[in-house]
Amino acid sequence: MASDVDNLYFFLLAVTAFFSTLIAGLVIFFAIRYRRRSEVELPEPITGSTKLETLWTVIPAIIVMIIFGWGAKVFLSFNRAPADAMPIYVVGKQWMWKLQHLEGQREINELHIPVGRAVKLIMSSEDVIHSFYVPAFRVKADVLPGRYTSIWFKATQPGEYHLFCAEYCGTKHSGMIGKVVSMEPVAYEAWLSGGPREQSMTARGQTLFQNFSCHTCHKPDGSGRGPALEGIFGKSVTLQTGQAVVVDENYLRESILSPSSKVVAGYQPVMPAFQGLVNEDGLVQLLAFIKSLGPQAAAPPPSTGPVPGTERQNSKP
Amino acid sequence: MSDMHSAAQPSHLTHHFDTVEQQRDSASLGMWVFLAQEVMFFGGMFLAYLIYRSSYPSAFAEGSHHLDVVLGGINTAILIGSSLTMALAVYGAQTGRRGMLVLCLLATMALGLAFLGIKAVEYHHKYVDKLIPGMAFSYPGPNGNHVQLFFGLYFAMTGMHALHMVIGIALLVWLINDARKGRFTPEYHSHIEIFGLYWHFVDIVWIFLFPLLYLIGRHAGTGGAH
Amino acid sequence: MSTLTAPTVPVETQEHYLNSNYGIRSWLLTVDHKRIALLYLASITLFFFLGGFFAVLIRLELLTPQGDMVQSETYNKLFTMHGIIMIIFFLIPAIPAVLGNFLVPMMVGAKDLAFPRINLLSWYIYILGGLISLGSIVVGGVDTGWTFYTPYSSTYSNSYVIAAGLGIFVAGFSSILTGLNFIVTIHKMRAPGLTWFRLPLFIWAHYATALIQILATPVLAITIVLLALERGFHIGIFDPNLGGDPVLFQHLFWFYSHPAVYIMILPGMGIISELISCFSRKYVFGYHFIAFSSLGIAVLGFLVWGHHLFVSGQSAYAGLIFSVLSFLVAIPSAIKVFNWTATLYKGSISYQAPMLYAFGFIGLFAIGGLTGLFLAALGLDVHLHDTYFVVAHFHYIMVGGTVMAYLGGMHFWWPKMTGRMYPEGWARFSALVVFIGFNLTFLPQFILGYLGMPRRYHAYPPEFQVLNVMSTAGASILGVGYLLPMIYFLWSLKYGPLAGPNPWGATGLEWRTASPPPTANFKEVPIVTEEPYEYSIREIKVV
Repeated sequence: MASDVDNLYFFLLAVTAFFSTLIAGLVIFFAIRYRRRSEVELPEPITGSTKLETLWTVIPAIIVMIIFGWGAKVFLSFNRAPADAMPIYVVGKQWMWKLQHLEGQREINELHIPVGRAVKLIMSSEDVIHSFYVPAFRVKADVLPGRYTSIWFKATQPGEYHLFCAEYCGTKHSGMIGKVVSMEPVAYEAWLSGGPREQSMTARGQTLFQNFSCHTCHKPDGSGRGPALEGIFGKSVTLQTGQAVVVDENYLRESILSPSSKVVAGYQPVMPAFQGLVNEDGLVQLLAFIKSLGPQAAAPPPSTGPVPGTERQNSKP
Repeated sequence: MSDMHSAAQPSHLTHHFDTVEQQRDSASLGMWVFLAQEVMFFGGMFLAYLIYRSSYPSAFAEGSHHLDVVLGGINTAILIGSSLTMALAVYGAQTGRRGMLVLCLLATMALGLAFLGIKAVEYHHKYVDKLIPGMAFSYPGPNGNHVQLFFGLYFAMTGMHALHMVIGIALLVWLINDARKGRFTPEYHSHIEIFGLYWHFVDIVWIFLFPLLYLIGRHAGTGGAH
Repeated sequence: MSTLTAPTVPVETQEHYLNSNYGIRSWLLTVDHKRIALLYLASITLFFFLGGFFAVLIRLELLTPQGDMVQSETYNKLFTMHGIIMIIFFLIPAIPAVLGNFLVPMMVGAKDLAFPRINLLSWYIYILGGLISLGSIVVGGVDTGWTFYTPYSSTYSNSYVIAAGLGIFVAGFSSILTGLNFIVTIHKMRAPGLTWFRLPLFIWAHYATALIQILATPVLAITIVLLALERGFHIGIFDPNLGGDPVLFQHLFWFYSHPAVYIMILPGMGIISELISCFSRKYVFGYHFIAFSSLGIAVLGFLVWGHHLFVSGQSAYAGLIFSVLSFLVAIPSAIKVFNWTATLYKGSISYQAPMLYAFGFIGLFAIGGLTGLFLAALGLDVHLHDTYFVVAHFHYIMVGGTVMAYLGGMHFWWPKMTGRMYPEGWARFSALVVFIGFNLTFLPQFILGYLGMPRRYHAYPPEFQVLNVMSTAGASILGVGYLLPMIYFLWSLKYGPLAGPNPWGATGLEWRTASPPPTANFKEVPIVTEEPYEYSIREIKVV
């Protein structure tokens, strides 16, 4: 992916070099060739040429459209993570990055990932707008409060790569840096299972689900006051207003923090708002848990090794 | 064409203009350009309002129902009336009727002041009901934050409009003073005309504000949200 | 056509706008557009050097990877204030309020702008905005970046956001009034025979600029009002905890600030058209195309603001639309560059300082504009957004473009404004110093950006140091290049050789009157019968 970006970059570099050399060269050439040799010389009264104007309007127009198309293609490939991408949850705050692996490992300012596996980051901010930037992967996305944004990438080689915050966020903006460490899959597994035994995100999420009494209304058989959440992630639901929305991370987040905003048709707006009661870390754990509530028949995802304490995992990102 | 100012040129022709027509046309164009700028100015707030209204329709409807439609309606009638008196004032100036000009300018000012008075009453009600964001705003129910958004935009938009009314009234004082001194003639009254443009613009802004803010979800016979 | 000759009596004994009245009141209460232009000249020069001083501190700090010269908070305030001062108090007003104010009435053959008192008012408003901003610096400064992104600026920053915002809000009205004056003047006060397509391209450029000033600046004003309401009263409009959207601020902010960059460059392009034609003694190639491209840039410039939000969480569809439009807006600028180059073909070219600045402009603006293509390309902008690549791009356009054009224009019209010639040798030398210093400062920043160094970084990883040192070295050279004209321009006021009405042998109504001009600009109203830039048709005498 990074090489796609670089190819476009080098093409643009070539275009820039060509046109700037052309212009500079012509300017210098004309300036010397047509320098004033006598005070009384009168140059040719050339006012213009529609042919030339057309030429140098159409050709740049074609070139820029090519660049647009190429840039759009690369961009759109950034936009959709592969279905089997490994999700990692990121919370940015002044002035550090907190990352949670599904299996439970938490990191601060460092992200360990396996080589050769697509990784999708689902990110939000606790305070101001930050931006998650890994120059080596040529990816970046703003990290916003109140909303989830995401990027994905796949490391092709083991190594350590800079991680920068790329949206000015206050005093220690330039200190909000870290590294992405990509490791061979075996080494990654070792890292994952080394260190203190952590509860997986879905397990933590389940605990929160119980503690906040979500399960009293959101029963699996749909008999409670709220809709069943099994398999709901990625589905389209109809709201009271008649509008249809897709249940994605942002919808789930809004439904937890401010449930009366978008109530599903057929249900009463009685869910309490959890704004201020659950923090960003807790929210992503709940998200991980809800996403894991797949229908019973769903095939398990490619296994990443024994992961203690997890519920059924869904293959949908 | 050598010298600009022959003896026949009127005294109100300023030194850099060649003819009275040029001066008048310039003043008029200047005011239209200024009003274009004002459209963009209010436009930013209207845009923010429309975005949030489409995001939170029921909360905005709730907020809207706390506004007094009767007072707002009276104010709308007052402002439209003041545009009528302003147009009559311009007519008075155009036809050289100084008395009519002064009277209609006074009427415009009186109506403008009445508008502001009613607005003050409305604002006071909101203050008592604790619906002014940043001043102990309190609203029960789950929609509180979004209702606060409604009121924040309500005060920003009507406040900005009221500020423009205040400026207009201040200008009216000056114009009435000049009119009483006989400064305006059928040949020269561009100040009255371009002020008329400004006043009508401020009126039109209100005509957009009123339905957008006061009349959400108020179909005949219903008062509730969808 | 009037016949003017070189002055045989010293300038001091002729009556002109500088000596028609003495005393501070005659300056502070003037309604003469030429004097107002000089009032602006003094103020924007002061702001330029203040903004430049902040830049010096920034570049000194960036000599080393650690943030060791100033505290982080101070550094953040430095780049914020550098941006605010340079953009709002220097780049936006510089060419329109100095050269535009001086020349627009003269170029259309009028005695003054349509609304002289509003012109003076706009200067006072500018000064008021400037004082408020200076005040906000003195009491502690603002550290949000000149872009004031929420929620940092609305909720989290502990600096003087509202004070700084108020200074910008006030200064915006100065810009609006200048634009209003230009539009009405150009429409209503042209001399007899001066049809639209006989107007100098400087006028077309300022007309297009004025359109943007009038329609875009109010949106910035209301954005600042909303930001202040959010910060003061927590209405929630930009606060996600209250249902608001922080990205809405970005949309509102950039709706002004993108057209604003065209306010900054279009007048410069107008100057270049004048310089290129005069110093090659030729018609501007493609006059109509350049005129219409100015209007095209003004219109298209309103449609591309979202290219600042490609990675902000904006939808991909919006990104695609803004990307296409951003590429389209590049085309009229390209057309201008080609036309200027073609103007040189078979011309009679001389190398006085204004022309050297024009050459520099063409090259540097071309590079700046081409690097904009990198940023308009969605897939590439993801990598380059918020890095030093962007910083280099906009400095190439604003400094390599606008400032070069401004200096070229100042040199060109200096004899008209002051009646004195500047020292040509020093001027050429300074132009060279500026060109070299500029490239050394900003070319390395393109590379830094591609390597991944983010903007607004107080400290950085050590591998970026070499390029940063190069950049700072260039900045010191650039600083010298800017100081030199200050010195020799002031010197020339007393010791420079006297200038006649038309020292360059240029076309244009402003050269048909004395240098410096009389207060009423022309002894008789000019009547225009020629097309513009008729260098090739007849000999324009140097007088």
